[in-house]
Amino acid sequence: MKILVCISSVPDTTSKINFTSDKSALDTNGIQFIINPYDEFVLTKAIKLREQHGGTVTVAHVGPANNEPTLRKALAIGADDAIRVDAEATDSFFVANELATIAKDFDLIMAGRESIDYNGGSVPAMIAEILDLGLINGCTGLEINGSNVSGEREIEGGKESLSASLPIVIAGQKGLVEESDLLIPNMRGIMTARTKPLNVVTAQANEERTVSISFEKPAERASCKLVESGNEAELVALLHNEAKAI
Amino acid sequence: MSVLVFAESWDGKFKKGTFEAVTYAHETAKKLGVSTTAVTIGKLADDAAQLGNYGADKVICISNNINTCDSQGMSAAIAEIANKEGASLVIIANSNTGKTIAPRLAVKLSAGFISNVVDTPSNDTPFTVKKKAFSGKAFENAQCNNDKCVLALAPNAFHIVETAGSATVESFDAANRVSKVTSTNVEKATGKISLAEAEIVVSAGRGLKGPENWGMVEELAELLGAGTACSKPVSDIGWRPHAEHVGQTGKAVAPNLYIAIGISGAIQHLAGVNSSKVMVVINTDPEAPFFKSADYGIIGDAFEVVPRLIEEIRNFKANN
Repeated sequence: MKILVCISSVPDTTSKINFTSDKSALDTNGIQFIINPYDEFVLTKAIKLREQHGGTVTVAHVGPANNEPTLRKALAIGADDAIRVDAEATDSFFVANELATIAKDFDLIMAGRESIDYNGGSVPAMIAEILDLGLINGCTGLEINGSNVSGEREIEGGKESLSASLPIVIAGQKGLVEESDLLIPNMRGIMTARTKPLNVVTAQANEERTVSISFEKPAERASCKLVESGNEAELVALLHNEAKAI
Repeated sequence: MSVLVFAESWDGKFKKGTFEAVTYAHETAKKLGVSTTAVTIGKLADDAAQLGNYGADKVICISNNINTCDSQGMSAAIAEIANKEGASLVIIANSNTGKTIAPRLAVKLSAGFISNVVDTPSNDTPFTVKKKAFSGKAFENAQCNNDKCVLALAPNAFHIVETAGSATVESFDAANRVSKVTSTNVEKATGKISLAEAEIVVSAGRGLKGPENWGMVEELAELLGAGTACSKPVSDIGWRPHAEHVGQTGKAVAPNLYIAIGISGAIQHLAGVNSSKVMVVINTDPEAPFFKSADYGIIGDAFEVVPRLIEEIRNFKANN
């Protein structure tokens, strides 16, 4: 089974987000980039599926050369090879098209359900549409048996079991594997990752349909009004009369 | 030409997010000087004409019963209507279902796609809208380069407005398609309030010391008609289900009132909850970062404060 895992390189979750002085872009000063957390669950699941069924795990990424450490980390975790499309990932349709060009040769196409930077949550569904494939979005469980796929997804107030066939697109999240099962690179992995193939391909010059104009930060809140412990009645009154929240 | 809005239903009933989306479509259509067309899929228990109350001029009911797991079938049916109506703007609530069908629809219609939208377009040629970015840590003003655009609306970001309008209702048979994904079983947690749509969320963290202590959290939530949530460590250790994890790598919530009990307020947690209108924090540690972000706070032991709070809210409810 040929598995493709699409990964994003995103600011570490502990990052304070700031923008350049003209507010047009993220200020990357002092920010450490990591594999998008949703993609990490998917990557670990892909490696477990390879252990069960054989095959290969390829990671694909659209981004500039300075994102390569993220791909090397994915290789160190256990992916067999990596493909980097040399372009800035700004528009989801552009990214989906670039990834779909690669993905058409794979049996199982996986990605996190969204990236924690631009949160579009749209690339997996767009790849599925471009390639005329089925999709399990927000996937929390996945088993493969021959070409049969059984999956689980979160729905409003519950979960749903699904069946489908390969090839398919899976947009995954926690539950595919547990947090405690996430694979982390060991020394041997880091050493071998240096010599695993990382192929750079040029972008297909696909259309960009959206563009970022500017960024802003949420308004600061007024300082916290403290209520004495034991005086919960006052809190209830404040929530009713002042905040109008109850 | 019209603004098209997908009026999502669940078990035949319209959702809160649906009314938000119809209101949004109507407000935007008014700015553009065009009409609002809503589209529903499958059997409805609710009356389709009620969407007129939120500003729809016309409701087109797709009669085919398409399962929500068939994102391709749903988006294809909506695309048929969008083309028939000549819609250049399609509005969809960014719910579980919306997230799955909106990007597919954008590809089908050769439209630009912008998700997590929080405001009406600030400009209409080209479309420019404000959306959430960096998991709630920022907003982005995004512009669509195409003449067609699909917008996915963030839940609880846009107020429902009733207009006292009325809508005509018509039925439509979409082409039948074979689904590539089939539902084999649905497991529903009955009576649970959807976190994304909840007006009030009661959330607790490691300060509660163990899963056996969640009784008071659930009691408080039930009293307030609230959804229950938890911090990441709590879902990671398995005290609570993953579906309750709110924060940067879990669910983003934007209720009217968010009550955080025994949660310190790490930056990743705050990112997922700071769109809440009012935040209350209960924590023993006066240095907990949450006190810097919340509107109201009590420094104290949750095991003493929460039972007293439950009692006071019960008194309040009895008198109001």
